[in-house]
Amino acid sequence: MDNITTYREAVKEAIRKAMREDERVFLMGEDVGHYGGCYAVSMGLLDEFGAERIIDTPLSESAFTGAGIGAAMNGMRPIVEIMTVNFSLLALDQIMNNAATLLHMSGGQFNVPLVIRMATGGGKQLAAQHSHSLEGWFAHIPGLKVLTPATIQDAYEMVGLALADPDPVLIFENALLYNSKGSLDVHATPTPIGKALIHKVGKDITIVSYGISLFKALEASKTLAEDGIDAEVIDLRSLRPLDDETIMNSIKKTHKVIIVDEGWKSGSISAEIMARINEQAFYELDAPMERVCTAEVPIPYAKHLEDAALPNPEKIVAMAKKMMGKS
Amino acid sequence: MELDLNKAKEFYKEMLLIRRFEEKCVELYSNQKIRGFLHLYIGEEAIAVGVMSALSQEDAVFATYREHGHAIAHGVSAKSMMAEMFGKMEGCSRGRGGSMHLFDGATRFYGGSAIVAGALPLAVGMALADKMMKRNRVTVCIFGDGAVAEGEFHESLNLAALWKLPVLFVCENNRYAMGTALKYTESETDIYKKAASYKISSKQIDGMSVMDVAQAAKEAIASIHKEQAPMFLECLTYRFRAHSMFDAELYRQKSEVEEWKRKDPLTLFENSLKDKNMWSEIDRAEMEDEIKNTIDEAVTFAENGTLEPIEDLERFVYSEASHG
Repeated sequence: MDNITTYREAVKEAIRKAMREDERVFLMGEDVGHYGGCYAVSMGLLDEFGAERIIDTPLSESAFTGAGIGAAMNGMRPIVEIMTVNFSLLALDQIMNNAATLLHMSGGQFNVPLVIRMATGGGKQLAAQHSHSLEGWFAHIPGLKVLTPATIQDAYEMVGLALADPDPVLIFENALLYNSKGSLDVHATPTPIGKALIHKVGKDITIVSYGISLFKALEASKTLAEDGIDAEVIDLRSLRPLDDETIMNSIKKTHKVIIVDEGWKSGSISAEIMARINEQAFYELDAPMERVCTAEVPIPYAKHLEDAALPNPEKIVAMAKKMMGKS
Repeated sequence: MELDLNKAKEFYKEMLLIRRFEEKCVELYSNQKIRGFLHLYIGEEAIAVGVMSALSQEDAVFATYREHGHAIAHGVSAKSMMAEMFGKMEGCSRGRGGSMHLFDGATRFYGGSAIVAGALPLAVGMALADKMMKRNRVTVCIFGDGAVAEGEFHESLNLAALWKLPVLFVCENNRYAMGTALKYTESETDIYKKAASYKISSKQIDGMSVMDVAQAAKEAIASIHKEQAPMFLECLTYRFRAHSMFDAELYRQKSEVEEWKRKDPLTLFENSLKDKNMWSEIDRAEMEDEIKNTIDEAVTFAENGTLEPIEDLERFVYSEASHG
């Protein structure tokens, strides 16, 4: 049943399916209706579902995110679209102080079945207020689930998984992936939240990735294969919860690990993963763990500088070769 | 507003219960039975009692961290509230929330929010869901004058007005955001005018008069149902006690406090009942006895409550199977 589609269409199709099947589902955010979505994800949905369920909001991230929480507490299944993760900081109070805490503060009485989607990532010369990858920050917060779909299949499945979840789920869609093409099987059984996937089996070194870094890691693994290095590539899919088991099992096999993270190195999700490997698989390691992260700088506008700041396949290859003693 | 004797007794008793409950909380705080932050509602009782008298059982309430009075007036049991402040499992939030985070699903009491203005967006969403599902109920959102300076206040009022949502916004203007007077923080100190600028029908009323509040709330709820649009009440009031238990009250004159105490909502209502020749029908001593029993029972219930096992520490971060 596979058909070739784009990441953008996969997300849209998942939203459309959910809205057709469940009257409680609605979409709200800036420019989601008449404009068709900043990244055209919701193009056409206003015509199909009307302005009552595809709701254009003012530029009030805090209020419409909070409204999503309130509606979720009152029986709805809202999908809130925040244009980019950079603007989600204006709604951080609602996400952190309400969505993540209400179930606990109320002693288990009020859960918040809210889905928040937002674009993330750099690479389009949009400079320091439109290019950051802050999903690792959100993964710090108990009460939230943090998903990072990389593939077309996950772009589709994660919308449904998030809507079916009784608690707040954040979906980070890398903006460079919206035009990517791939196969989608809408009848496949969804891979659950919290389960990482191994996209390439290998025996020499583990490359842990998520989001767009998956494709950088896969490209790197091809180059490495030419040098006789057989890399295993993991897509985490979810930053909270993290699939420790898949990571540790891979390290038990390869004994070496590189983590690729589009966040900054300091205090990042890659740091958390290293700490867990240290706790759970230290004696399996044959070499110090390594990371390929974004440089510790607000993303610059100039293309050559931005390119230099972000992780890329070359950096991953160089790091892997160094670890394998082949540099 | 027509006031029969039963209603008069009910209003007076509710306000007195809140007053005595709060006084007991101070005592228990001094005895270190209650800890954390404790914000007392003494002086502002007329607002909670007046507003809640206008609600139906279906209506929802969002309140602030100074919410003991709202919870009592909305029907949350004194026992479960006291147990909450003792940090016991029998508390209305299982001891996870404390004084600032009282929650009660049975009465649709949604807290106890301690981020100023943080609950306004939630109230907007709650009302949006009711509108979408064509349920005929109202969400009440209570906040202080401090909230007016927050962006979430303005964003929420705009959304509620734009989307014509059934929300009753109640601003308890007690003149101080913690220790800073409104005149030092707002270019427009008549708060109801800000709501009007969002095309929300709004009113400034005497928050010390339970009758005035009850009447205004009743009309507001009726209007929300009829017009399918939000309403805004600014209730002028005063807190007689410090902001919290850690406040030395250096920012206001004792004479100002004494001036406002002359408008004590209990005294005001008593005088009004005397004017109506109803006061003699009220047995104040009997009322005090009943309230003392209620509070004593609440304290005993809290004392005898259970401490949640440490093994359960990480529960209620994510829903358990029953929620799924």
